Amino acid sequence: MKDISKSFPGVKALDGVDFKLREGEIHALMGENGAGKSTLIKVITGVYEKDAGLITLHGKPIHFRSPQEAQNNGIGTVYQEIMLCPNLTVAENMFIGRSHAPIVNWKEMNEKAARLLDSLGIPASPIQELSTCSIAVQQMIAIARAVDMDCRILILDEPTSSLDEDEVQKLFELMRALKAQGVGIIFITHFLEQVYEISDRITVLRNGKLIGEYKTSSLPQIELISKMLGSELEDISTIRKHEPVASDAGIPVFEAVGLSSAAGVRPFDFTIHKGEVNGFAGLLGSGRSESVRAIFAADKVTGGEVRIHGKRVKIKTPLHAIKHGIGYLPEDRKGDGIIEDLSVRDNIILTLQVLKGLFKPFSLKEAEKFAEEYIKKLNIKTPTSNTPIRSLSGGNQQKVILARWLLTNLEYLILDEPTRGIDVGTKVEIQKLVIRLASGGMSLTFISSEIDEMLRTCSRLIVMKDREIVGELRGTDLTENDVMHMIAQGGKS
Amino acid sequence: MASEKAIKQKARLSNSNLLFLIASVIFVLMYLFAIISYPGSFLQFQTFFDLFNLNAPLIIMTFGLCIVMIGGGIDISIGSVCGLVTMACAVYLEKRSGSIAGAIFLSMGIGIVFGILHGYLIAYLEIQPFIITLSGLFLAQGLLTTLHKDPLNVTMPAFVNLRDFNIVITWLGTRNRLGVFIPCQIKPGTIIVAVLLVIFASLMKWSRFGRNVYAVGGNSHSAMMLGINVKRTKFITYVISGLTAGIAGFVYIMTTGAGNIGNAAGAEMKAIASAIMGGTLLNGGVGNLLGAPIGTLTLLVINELIRAAGVQSNFQAIVSGLLLYLFIILQSIIMSLRDRKRFTVALPPWLRLSGKGQA
Amino acid sequence: MRKLMKNVSHLVLPISVMVLLIIINLVKGADYFTITMINGALYGNIPNILFGASELVILSIGMTLVTAASRGQDISIGESATISSAVFVWFVLRSGEATPVTIIVGFLLSCVVGLGLGAFNGILVSIFKVQPMVASLILFTGGRSIAFMIDGKLSPILANDISNRIGTVIPGIPIQTPVILTVVFIALFAVLLKTTTLRLYVETVGINPNAARLNGINPKKVIFLTFLIMGFCSAVAGFIAVNKAGRHDSVNLLKNIMMDAILAVAIGGNSLGGGTFSITGSIIGAYTIEMLNRTLLRLEIEPAMIKVFKAIFIVILMVVASPVVRDFIKKVLDRNRTRKEE
Repeated sequence: MKDISKSFPGVKALDGVDFKLREGEIHALMGENGAGKSTLIKVITGVYEKDAGLITLHGKPIHFRSPQEAQNNGIGTVYQEIMLCPNLTVAENMFIGRSHAPIVNWKEMNEKAARLLDSLGIPASPIQELSTCSIAVQQMIAIARAVDMDCRILILDEPTSSLDEDEVQKLFELMRALKAQGVGIIFITHFLEQVYEISDRITVLRNGKLIGEYKTSSLPQIELISKMLGSELEDISTIRKHEPVASDAGIPVFEAVGLSSAAGVRPFDFTIHKGEVNGFAGLLGSGRSESVRAIFAADKVTGGEVRIHGKRVKIKTPLHAIKHGIGYLPEDRKGDGIIEDLSVRDNIILTLQVLKGLFKPFSLKEAEKFAEEYIKKLNIKTPTSNTPIRSLSGGNQQKVILARWLLTNLEYLILDEPTRGIDVGTKVEIQKLVIRLASGGMSLTFISSEIDEMLRTCSRLIVMKDREIVGELRGTDLTENDVMHMIAQGGKS
Repeated sequence: MASEKAIKQKARLSNSNLLFLIASVIFVLMYLFAIISYPGSFLQFQTFFDLFNLNAPLIIMTFGLCIVMIGGGIDISIGSVCGLVTMACAVYLEKRSGSIAGAIFLSMGIGIVFGILHGYLIAYLEIQPFIITLSGLFLAQGLLTTLHKDPLNVTMPAFVNLRDFNIVITWLGTRNRLGVFIPCQIKPGTIIVAVLLVIFASLMKWSRFGRNVYAVGGNSHSAMMLGINVKRTKFITYVISGLTAGIAGFVYIMTTGAGNIGNAAGAEMKAIASAIMGGTLLNGGVGNLLGAPIGTLTLLVINELIRAAGVQSNFQAIVSGLLLYLFIILQSIIMSLRDRKRFTVALPPWLRLSGKGQA
Repeated sequence: MRKLMKNVSHLVLPISVMVLLIIINLVKGADYFTITMINGALYGNIPNILFGASELVILSIGMTLVTAASRGQDISIGESATISSAVFVWFVLRSGEATPVTIIVGFLLSCVVGLGLGAFNGILVSIFKVQPMVASLILFTGGRSIAFMIDGKLSPILANDISNRIGTVIPGIPIQTPVILTVVFIALFAVLLKTTTLRLYVETVGINPNAARLNGINPKKVIFLTFLIMGFCSAVAGFIAVNKAGRHDSVNLLKNIMMDAILAVAIGGNSLGGGTFSITGSIIGAYTIEMLNRTLLRLEIEPAMIKVFKAIFIVILMVVASPVVRDFIKKVLDRNRTRKEE
């Protein structure tokens, strides 16, 4: 077996990552969001330039400057979103953009396509429009195209996200067939069972660093999860979580029954009490963000009942939620959180201003006062309160958004990945702040891919897997081990 | 076998062809309705040929516009460019004593220059096509008025001959009121339409470029990942659109014999309507060049019917606009019923609000 | 001093264009700034610019808001103004006598019409998510025909004392009425911005509609509101225009003014792609465009060529604002910076 090895230390997104792919091997690449998987792939396929390191193919160093170049050298990529044209036929999608012949020979193309579809067992006709094929079939056609281009390395980025069980099996059959032909496959996925079913080796990335490369058969699931979610050592011994006072347990601050949303959230129940910090644990794709978004009505709510302090209320838009004292710090800071061209001050007073209404604008002095107050309280590093928020670092931007919510009369704050992409110091500050707020009587939900952060701050953890709640842990059961087990098996250890 | 299961789907028409079929059916229906309502005029063959003879420029412009729209773009400068070309030819032939061949080259040249300008700014600098071609529209209008404000009749003998030239079909014709048999006449413009139809339809169906245009219109990001040079493809579509506007300009003056600042004003709206009625979807990736003349003719027949029914000229534009929007919605209904998706009005990338985040 | 500089830095563009134009004009004839008194009113190059740009200033204010919130432009403003002013003229003429009451009621009626037209565009953009330029294409094509029908297919004449005074001068006041009306409008608008959160809402929606929604702002409502305001601005502009002209010519009233309005907004330092905005910039931009028009005329460039120049100007502005060019400039600047550091 000839080794195809790629090793490169690199960019801030990737820090000294080594990666090795062998011929005829199915190699799973795993890690949470922001771990560096897509960056690694983009460096391999020439979309990004690496800063440092060496990539070799069959022992020879290579440097691709574009996806086309990578393709021409035998690396085929099938992305999570189908990169095909739905209005063209199946055959066209397989062959377009590959030859320079000025005239299209339909007969020949259709015949070649039919042969290829047959050899790979894909249930489609060369002359049907791609949009009439199911997503699974479309994905297989994308793979067929890559295969037909004589790729020796096939990269599959989350190919199974939209497939049902039968379709996944069909895909795996195809992958095994390719493997038998000596094609090396990089398989990116967050579905643990699939990894164990089909892959030979696993590489785990976390925070841009290589955690390790393992043989699938020798790595128990529990260990895999711990490697993906485990932490680095930090001096955080001073943090002691806040256990909710028994007297506060009574009528919950917020209660949802059968809440479902258009973002694929199946009906679920959720309760939180005063001074309680709860967390949602689970891997990427488990549905944590979608669930809390449903609570905030950030996505369209399709069913369920919501009660605040025992009283039935209507929360169908974020404004309703805000008016009832619920705040939401979104996972996507840039896309959903900051208003990048506006000043730090405007970003801070935004939600409070919305609560006050259209006809009661804050004067500049009032706004300044609020801004200064929170810049000091949260230790936000900014030249002035008038600086546009986009010039601040990620951690400080996050603090501004926190300030925005704390300024309003919050009873319940939802934090979705508040520590992602932030420096260690600010991470600790945020965790300490969460505990302080809870002690003051606020209810909080804290979601993080770093389980230890949640363990440090939460008194209760809800574990999710594949868009369902599989269990809840509290008190003495709240250990890292128990969480991992619950994720792995959907039950306590 | 896998492909046998798929044979069941073999019979299904592609979206482009289906819309073309619908367009043709509607055209035939409309024409039949016209014949029944106004047999005096519509039953004559000459009327049918006149639709081509008098509206050849519009059909030619629609060809180029179809290609741009299939690629996902839009060009609203074509009417003004056409008008500019007519005046430029008039000035060239009358004031500068140019040759007819020169006028032809001039027309195509002006059209291509506009096409290159638009194409570069839209495809390579990624500026919104609507505002660029709108500026092109004003640029052309401005140049047109600057060139020559008053109508200019071309009296050059060679040109006049060309203008009056008719191809006579002796075996097809009608009897006029006096009982004299008048054979049908076809103007050279119609021949050009037929030739361009063959060229462009083949181009879109059988050339690599044509298929690339469909791909770019279907999903430009995927097209890029599939190895298609999206920018170059888009660029060429705008050059073609400019070229057809130029050719249309020459045919226009060849038919009317005079340059006039009102020439082809508002033609772009008619061309867009024709393209849509002919089965080219507003959001790109779907369309059939054969549908372009069908759509134009349908539009013209409907306008004729409206006019013959006594509706005033102001209303005509409003009614045409309304019909156009009805057509868009009809198309969207058909498309969504097909795919059993939720009903959405199919809007192209240049129509939708762009940028990060949607409300 | 530095604080002042920072606050007005966005006005550098329109002011520098204006300064350039003033220089060109002074070169052409040093008597550019002379003002004379004719029939008790001020005339001269500068007063004429203020007079002539009245409608454009008002329209540019509306266009600024529409651009900021919905990242597009409304090209039907001239047609909107034509329709609402047609309603005004119709009302005044059918009331027989033109008294201050009929004029005011007529004006209010035209404002209602303007709001309705704004709502028409606003619904298309906010609910059906159509791009503003294409949504307004409907009124752009059909608007003048509708106005013509309201006119009874004529060009009705509006000749009465009050209209005269609105259109030119009120005896005893040396400043022309349109200029006064414009100043009042600007003042009212400034009050609107001061007493409501309009600026914050519009800018937030324009920069990031998603985040706006997650903070309790309804982007649809905000965008709809900007179109309502635009409709109102069109009505006011149409009112001034028709009183100036003395007759309602639905074919030519404020024809092609949308180009000038878009230019005014852009020259005012506002991004045509939405977000933060400066009304002051657009106002200066509008006066600058008027100055540009008159300068080109003064330099004896044909009116037809002016269209050409303006089209080229818009294209250049769009090119400079295009993301591709911006990235390129950034790269060049970064390269120079790293080179300096080496």
